[in-house]
Amino acid sequence: MSLPSTDTVWSWLHAIPDPEIPVISLTDLGVIRDVTYEDDTLIVTVTPTYSGCPATSIINLDIETALRDHGITDLKLRSQLSPAWTTDWMTDQGRAKLKAYGIAPPTPSGRPECCPNCNAEAVEKISQFGSTPCKSLWRCKSCLEPFDHFKCI
Amino acid sequence: MDQDKTQLTEFLLRMGDNALILGHRTSEWCGHAPVLEEDIALANTALDLMGQTQLWLTYAAEVMGDGKTADDLAFLRDVWDFRNLLLVELPNGDFGQTLMRQFLFDAFQSIHLPRLAKSSDPRVAEIAEKASKEAAYHVERSADTVVGLGDGTEESHNRMQAALDRLWPYIGEMFASDPVDAAMAEAGIAPDPANLRTEYDALVGRVLAEATLTVPESTFAHKGGRTGQTHTEHLGHLLTQMQWLQRAYPGATW
Repeated sequence: MSLPSTDTVWSWLHAIPDPEIPVISLTDLGVIRDVTYEDDTLIVTVTPTYSGCPATSIINLDIETALRDHGITDLKLRSQLSPAWTTDWMTDQGRAKLKAYGIAPPTPSGRPECCPNCNAEAVEKISQFGSTPCKSLWRCKSCLEPFDHFKCI
Repeated sequence: MDQDKTQLTEFLLRMGDNALILGHRTSEWCGHAPVLEEDIALANTALDLMGQTQLWLTYAAEVMGDGKTADDLAFLRDVWDFRNLLLVELPNGDFGQTLMRQFLFDAFQSIHLPRLAKSSDPRVAEIAEKASKEAAYHVERSADTVVGLGDGTEESHNRMQAALDRLWPYIGEMFASDPVDAAMAEAGIAPDPANLRTEYDALVGRVLAEATLTVPESTFAHKGGRTGQTHTEHLGHLLTQMQWLQRAYPGATW
């Protein structure tokens, strides 16, 4: 049996949701750094978002499960710390999906561009930490709804 | 184990044990913080520190090369094996004291880790690169809180000044170089911490001034944590809780 191309593997990875924020995929999040073959072994290189993020081990498990379901038997996951993950690697599509889901996407300014619910620009920070390590907590001064902001790192 | 490896192990244990013990102390607030947002913030900070612990202690275990894992180092060593600063093992005190300690530690990390990211040891460099992003975020928050409480009400101001007076004698240990530091500096693995003091004093002085707090004049420093020579009585109590499960049920897994 011939091995699936790396493009095919990328398309499979594209369909794996992030375990904490399932509206975006792992490729949207930008944590998959490389897909390659070493001889017949498929190597998937993954970079953690935050070093203590509990989702990291679930992400690895989900990748392994998905690829095995697609018939990959010879598989190795590699963890790569450097260069450290940055929200710059999040895809535009991922950002749009986050906003539609009610999470303000990361911006270089470090603060949300606008409220993801009503688009008002007047927002205030409630806490530097939110429901997961990657998010901070904000509130819209217009519609008064609190919302998560994906931190920019 | 040859001399180089012994000293590298010491250095890695110091890094890992600081993160582990402070991470554990911070996690003690889980469910007890004054408001929900602070509870979440403290738990998240603890989580970052635990993640850093995993990276440092995994590398330490590899260098030791006797088949031990990061978990063995965290859960099966005794007080005298730990190499953390005395500062991080002290009991939390009130919320203000916890945040003051966090700031004093974060300030050091925010100066130390970016230097380590340029380490001649690629593993140290990549761990530090990752951790320094988190430290930058932590110091931003803990500094803000120290300013908010220091320059707050009379009650919060007095508590923050008391916390600073209590913790200040534990700062000097961060910069007390010894032969391990000299060996690390020589090999280009880590900076000599003594050389970071000026930058640290500038950063801490700026924030404490904004917080309307007075930096104590005494330069007396409690030492013995990072060398493992004399820990405080508090570390043993902490370990009884942190290590309880692995001590009572050796080898237990999820």
